[in-house]
Amino acid sequence: MPRTIIDKIWDDHVVYSHEGQPDLLFVDLHLIHEITTAQAFEGLRLNGRKVRHPELTLATVDHNVPTTPRNVPVKDPIAKKQIETLEQNTRDFAIHFEGMLSPRQGIVHVIGPEMGASQPGMVIVCGDSHTSTHGAFGALAFGIGTSEVEHVLATQTLQQRRPKTLRIQVDGELPLGTTAKDLVLDIIRTIGVSGAVGHAIEYCGSTFRAMSMEGRMTVCNMSIEAGGRAGLVAPDDTTFAYMEGRQYAPKGQAWEQALDYWRSLATDEDAIFDKTVNINAADVVPFVTWGTNPGQSVEVTGRVPDPDEMPDEASKANAIRSLKYQDLQPGTPITSINVDKVFIGSCTNSRIEDLRLAASVVKGRKVNAHVQALVVPGSGQVKAAAEAEGLDRVFREAGFEWREAGCSMCLGMNPDVLGPGERCASTSNRNFEGRQGPGGRTHLVSPAMAAAAAIEGHFVDIRAWSKA
Amino acid sequence: MRPFKKEEGLAAPYDKANVDTDEIIPAEYLKRIERTGFGQFLFFAKRFLPDGSPNPDFVLNQPRYQNASILVAGPNFGCGSSREHAPWALEDYGFRAIIAPSFADIFTNNCAQIGLLNVVLPEDRVNQILRDIAGREGYQIAIDLEQQAVTDPFGRVDRFEMDAFRKHCLLNGLDAIGLTMQHEDAIRDFESRRQSRAPWLPRFR
Repeated sequence: MPRTIIDKIWDDHVVYSHEGQPDLLFVDLHLIHEITTAQAFEGLRLNGRKVRHPELTLATVDHNVPTTPRNVPVKDPIAKKQIETLEQNTRDFAIHFEGMLSPRQGIVHVIGPEMGASQPGMVIVCGDSHTSTHGAFGALAFGIGTSEVEHVLATQTLQQRRPKTLRIQVDGELPLGTTAKDLVLDIIRTIGVSGAVGHAIEYCGSTFRAMSMEGRMTVCNMSIEAGGRAGLVAPDDTTFAYMEGRQYAPKGQAWEQALDYWRSLATDEDAIFDKTVNINAADVVPFVTWGTNPGQSVEVTGRVPDPDEMPDEASKANAIRSLKYQDLQPGTPITSINVDKVFIGSCTNSRIEDLRLAASVVKGRKVNAHVQALVVPGSGQVKAAAEAEGLDRVFREAGFEWREAGCSMCLGMNPDVLGPGERCASTSNRNFEGRQGPGGRTHLVSPAMAAAAAIEGHFVDIRAWSKA
Repeated sequence: MRPFKKEEGLAAPYDKANVDTDEIIPAEYLKRIERTGFGQFLFFAKRFLPDGSPNPDFVLNQPRYQNASILVAGPNFGCGSSREHAPWALEDYGFRAIIAPSFADIFTNNCAQIGLLNVVLPEDRVNQILRDIAGREGYQIAIDLEQQAVTDPFGRVDRFEMDAFRKHCLLNGLDAIGLTMQHEDAIRDFESRRQSRAPWLPRFR
């Protein structure tokens, strides 16, 4: 029977299956960080359990680490304790750890791919919902909670029900000035923030075939914002070119053997998906979110919508609540919304391609006097690569702060936060109330749109602006 | 895990769609290395005013909803981050069950791990319950997991769907790790097959 890539990966990882029970799935790569693991290690200790496969586990610190210079001790005593706890746990259980002073430290979803650890056909889990990022490599990757982290540490397996499958078919070329970020915002507004609940998504079509690995990671990353359990793109030559030569990628004969397997993963021609959604790449525009969930976005040339024009009572109620929190009036042109802060970073948009794009926008220009703008590279390696290209100078000369790697202002766990009422153009993934700091207001955009907003102090249509 | 068999208690309304885990517990309050003590941070940004005093307008601060053990909420409850701190905070605050038209996947898995029951009822019915709660102080709900039944104060009974295996685990408070470890032979077989099938897979040391 023809199968999807999702079914093929699933079938290859079933350890135990029994009618009426969830499948027991083997986990190839378990990524861990400082926020969702302390209680899991504690659980192991209480029950006298070991880590079954420390060599399949990779640890780093990203969520709460300060992005200021690394030679200064962490000031927040609780953050410091979480970081030290992870360090101690990795030592006690012999787990590979990229600590704050490692040149490879970074956001867990940036370093897995760049170390060559994230590979096609794998089952990858992490105690973080944006684990779907690794689906860009043709892996089945999904977020789990702390009890499940403990389960994976103890058994290297997870009890899981097979998800339904959703094909998101996108064909054609993305218009100039639009990016993978705009495409995924379009997908979320089309299917809704719960449109993919219970499903794993395969992103299919010529648009993804032509997309870089960085772009694919941006799209897969935000699968969870549509409620998707996972989201993936079948591996191809772009994937293999990105991976070849990386630290943990197979070498020599093993590489050839792996390639044969990876090529066999693509969805069979007649495979049936539970659901299919079609999107035309040519219709994608630069999007800006106006509300407090990632599905509430509008074209940059548009206006803040009127709740009275919403299709149903529920979306109307949501819109009223969102606009109140965001302090926006219906009918306001998006380009007239001023921003106080600009954040370029997060597991969605902090990779070298994102930084190149943002730097190309700000080069030779100055950040608006009313705006604080920061660039937080996704990893130490991204930072080093950007510095080797001179991107740090471009950002600094324009007036951006150039920081150390981490999750930073995406979720406001470290000192990089919005103050109450502050408005931010952000390349991150969630515009929830208070996400970037209590009372902070978030507008999600692409790196190019964020960079341009930093210069002008308000949103601009990057398509017209870059020509000016 | 604490078993869940029955719960009869006061219901509190949370009439909103897409309640995300940042709202349930903001990231700045995830900084504990224990599983306990998160109830004080539940719905923190909504529940407290900037000066730290309780927000009198927040629904759970109303005297009539004190000691509620069942939360009734809108669709897609628990979307966003995978933080298990969200179910921990709800449970620590005193909730034993949440009734909603739908739940986010990771959140509902996390709840199942700690015995916090998620009950899915049709959206129309949930909206009716929300209206009834508003109209009747002391609105009590009884949930019987064995019967998969929710009984309202008027005696109306709603049946709900529940994955049979999840139900079995919840009723008996079974430890998932302990269950999986019964399949040690299957895991070991898989490990040896995996090594010969895909010898290239990375190992970190």
